Formats: sequence, C-alpha cells, structure tokens
Amino acid sequence: MDFTTSISDTPPPPATRSVSGKAVRPGDRIFLGLSRGSGIILLVVMAAIAAFLTYRSVLAISGDRANFLTTLDWNATGTEPKFGIAVLAFGTVVSSVIAMLIAVPVAVGIALFISHYAPRKLASPLGYVIDLLAAVPSIVYGLWGALFLVPHLGGLYGWLNDYLGWTGILSYGGGAARSLFTVGILLAIMVLPIVTSVSREVFLQVPRMHEEAALALGATRWEVIRMSVLPFGRSGVISASMLGLGRALGETMAVATVLSPNFLIGASLLDPGGGTFAQNIASKFSEADTFGQDALIASGLVLFVITLLVNGAARLIIARRKEYSGANS
Amino acid sequence: MAKRIDVSGLNAYYGAHKAIDDISMSIEPRSVTAFIGPSGCGKSTFLRTLNRMHEVTPGGRVDGKVLLDDEDLYGPGVDPVAVRRTVGMVFQRPNPFPTMSIFDNVAAGLRLNGSHKKSRLKDVVEKSLRGANLWNEVKDRLNKPGSGLSGGQQQRLCIARAIAVEPQVLLMDEPCSALDPISTLAIEDLIGELKERFTIVIVTHNMQQAARVSDRTAFFNLAAVGKPGKLIEIDETERIFSNPSVQATEDYISGRFG
Repeated sequence: MDFTTSISDTPPPPATRSVSGKAVRPGDRIFLGLSRGSGIILLVVMAAIAAFLTYRSVLAISGDRANFLTTLDWNATGTEPKFGIAVLAFGTVVSSVIAMLIAVPVAVGIALFISHYAPRKLASPLGYVIDLLAAVPSIVYGLWGALFLVPHLGGLYGWLNDYLGWTGILSYGGGAARSLFTVGILLAIMVLPIVTSVSREVFLQVPRMHEEAALALGATRWEVIRMSVLPFGRSGVISASMLGLGRALGETMAVATVLSPNFLIGASLLDPGGGTFAQNIASKFSEADTFGQDALIASGLVLFVITLLVNGAARLIIARRKEYSGANS
Repeated sequence: MAKRIDVSGLNAYYGAHKAIDDISMSIEPRSVTAFIGPSGCGKSTFLRTLNRMHEVTPGGRVDGKVLLDDEDLYGPGVDPVAVRRTVGMVFQRPNPFPTMSIFDNVAAGLRLNGSHKKSRLKDVVEKSLRGANLWNEVKDRLNKPGSGLSGGQQQRLCIARAIAVEPQVLLMDEPCSALDPISTLAIEDLIGELKERFTIVIVTHNMQQAARVSDRTAFFNLAAVGKPGKLIEIDETERIFSNPSVQATEDYISGRFG
C-alpha cells in the first residue's frame, strides 16, 4: 500500500476541535440563563417583600403611642393609636405548639404504620386518605371546627377542669370552647397530612441494609424501628414538622372562624379568647385605614421573623448531628 | 459455644419462585465452611435461611429442617428473633448504624439483650473490638460515628458487633466483596482467628478466598436461569479444589463454566 495515500486517508487531526478554549453550547447557555434568572427573581421578590414590610412597619411603629411589643391592646385609629403584638405572638406560638405536640406524635405513628406495619393492601389507600386531608380547604376546617368541634369540646374541657384545673393553664370557666386550645386541636388536624406524608417518605427511604443490620442482631420490629428507622428519619421528621409548623403559624381562616378573639393573655388555654397574627390581620384588614393597615403589616413582619427564627432553629438541630446522619454511608 | 448445623430437605421460595431446592448438609462446629457457585445459584439465599433472615424479604418462605445441635430453627414455637441472637450475620456491604458511635454500634446487640451496665458494656466492647482486630485503630475515638471509618474498618466493626453477643454461629455474606485487597486480607486473617470460637459460614465469589480461609467448601449450581439452585457437593476444601467428585465442580473451579 502506498504510504502517502494511507496518510491522506486518515481523518484530519482534531485541531479544529481543540479541547482548550470555551465551547459553550446554546442549550447550556439557555439553561444557565433560565436557572440564574429564576434565582435572581426569587431574590428580588424576597427583597421587595422585605422592603415593603419594613417600610410600612416603620411608619406604624413610629406612630404607636404604646410599646409595640408588650401592649395588650389593638387600637390603631385616632390620634392616640395604641397597639401591641403581645397577645398575637402569645396566641400564635401557643396554638401552634399545641398543634405540633398533638400532630407530630400522631403523624409519626401513622407514617410508621404505613411504612413498616400495614399490609401493602392497606398501606396505599391509607396514605391516599391522609393526602386527601391536605386537599380540604382551610375554611372548611374552620366551619367544621366552629360547628362541630367547639360544641363538642365543652364536655372535655369541663372534665379537664375538674381534674387539672388547679394547674391554671387547664382551668375552664364554661362558655363556648372558642379557645386557643381548640384552635390548637384544629391546627393539629390540618398539619397532620403534610407531616405524615413527608415522614412516611423518609421512613420508606431507610436503606434496607440498615434495617437488616438490626434484624440480624435479633431486633424485634419495634427495635428495628428504634435502632434504624427513627435515627435515619430524624432530620426528615424535623423538616416535616417545620413544614407543618409553618402552616400552623400562618393559618388564617380556620383560626378566624373558630376563635373568639380578645386582647388579653389569660393563664387558661381552655377559656375563650386570645388571638393570632394571621387571624388578627384577616379580621381587621378590611375595615382598617391606611395607618391601621400599616399596624397590621407590622404585625405581619413579626410573624415573618418568628417563622424565620423557627426555621433557623430547625436547621441548627439538623446540622448539629450531621456527621451522624445516614447521608455519608 | 460453637454449635453444629444439620440441614435436611430445605427449600426456599420468593413468592411462587423456588430459589433453592432440597438442600441437605452438615456444617461442623469451630470450622469455616465456604459456599461457592455462580450468581443466582441460591448460596446467599441458603445462608439467610440459617438465621431466618430469608423470611423478612417480602414473599420469602422456607420449608425443611435446620438443626442447630438438636434444635430445629424452623420448629413450631421458635422465635426468629431469638434465632438471630444465636446466629450472627455479617453482610456484603458494611452496614454500621450510621447514627451510632463506634462504641454504641458494638454495644447495640448487648443492649437489645438487656445488658445496660456500663462496666460490662465497656468490657465486652473492648473484647469484641480486639476480637475483630480493630481495637488499636479505634480505641481513641470510640465516641465518633462508625460511618467515619474506612470500608474495611467498618466491616470489622460489623464483625465486632456480631461477635459481641457471643453467637453460636457467624454467617458472612460475601464480606469482602466491597473491600480492597489489604482490607480483605485483614478480614481473612480475622476469620482464621474467629473459627477457634465460632462456627463460620461464608459465601464468597472469590475462589482463592474460599481456598484460603475454609476447611470445607460447598459448591452450588443451577440448571438454568430461573431454575432453583442446588447443592452439587460439599467436601474438604482441599479435595474440592484438587479432586472434586463431580465434573461440574471441576469445570467451575477451573473456569470452564457456562
């Protein structure tokens, strides 16, 4: 074979497709632009909300003739406006804490049942029903709470008062059970689906080999859950609870429908009264003048800050034991 | 405390699929028995029937007899949880509990058995880690998570965890297949020491490993894909690797297979 032809037959050396230099493909560029754009839009929206809330809040707080943090009143009209968020902060936090105390154990129980105990034929319909609970509009929960829960809880509260009334927080003077505790129960039912379904997903992701490690040591089903499933799912359950807590803190219509609001902080959680940020804004906003709106926006800012703090705390809890998380194995 | 195992007429199923067919064999105490054979021949399934781990797989069921000394593991009224406390297991991939420290990993089995006394736990953890040739490497960081160790160390940690409860039998399901040669050598040396105290059964894909560590070797095979696996023969390791009595074994050992 002729030597020169054989050289000319070979494809040209890939000088034109050098590996150095920037070879940006249009698809990459478009995708980069889209994703970067989305990120920027998010930041802009967040900044705009924060700026708006802060600006209107400063107007309100500087016009407040009383201490914004400690005043037990909400009078944002006239020449001497006096209003404070103490009752709202108390009511919001207390009702949400009650909701989480009830909802998280129940949700973890349901999630474990679906993921580790229920026969497969029962597990998926049950999961479906739980997800369905999340689809019920909050005003429907509110109506159910006001028309069913409130009339039926009086008896329970009377019983609690008889045995635990001496504690103060569980005393009950009678009347409609439109109290923070009732709100807490209602919120618990409302956050149950989100906490349950996220927890269930996490429990289902526990690697088979971790469960087998416990089984092979002679662990019973409960011990497998305690040794492998719960530790692995811990950070997921915390995240799920935070999602639920976010919903509980911000829930508006259901709370506004059930609660009979006032501006007192009572020792008893069962007696009617109290208020939450979202409920207060919803019930006062339509009748408020511009300054009244500013005052409500200032309370909204406080809710925003509380939610941020709660989320930050949750992240800290998750991060603190990161080296023990299942992620690195 | 090492017991012998006598298996007779054992079948295992995954749902309707029969995975192993009519296996009978005896496993001597204080010896290493290796299971070799091609993938899908049922050797791992068979291993998992020896501590009733097969039935935790959905659809998994077993019939036949597995006698541990004179007690039938599949007899009526036998609690599988109790069986697994007597017959320990080490898995293919190291699986220390990721949320537990090194100490807690080794102590996990003891705590399951109800020992909570600090001093006793400490003694047993040290003894088990020494037994697994890991003590010198981890004694200064017992409170660090087990998942921070190297793969070979994690596997020895799993062995320490398994022997901490003083089982009668130790089952090992390809314990070195995820490890590098040096870690593998460490585990093989360890197996040689552990057989003084335990009855060891090891599944391996590595025939040199079977030849190095085992006293007896069982060869499993299957007629075709989808057919149940069968025990072809079990004999002294030396004989299996030099002069097996079945032609299929010789073909497999010498690589003239399939």
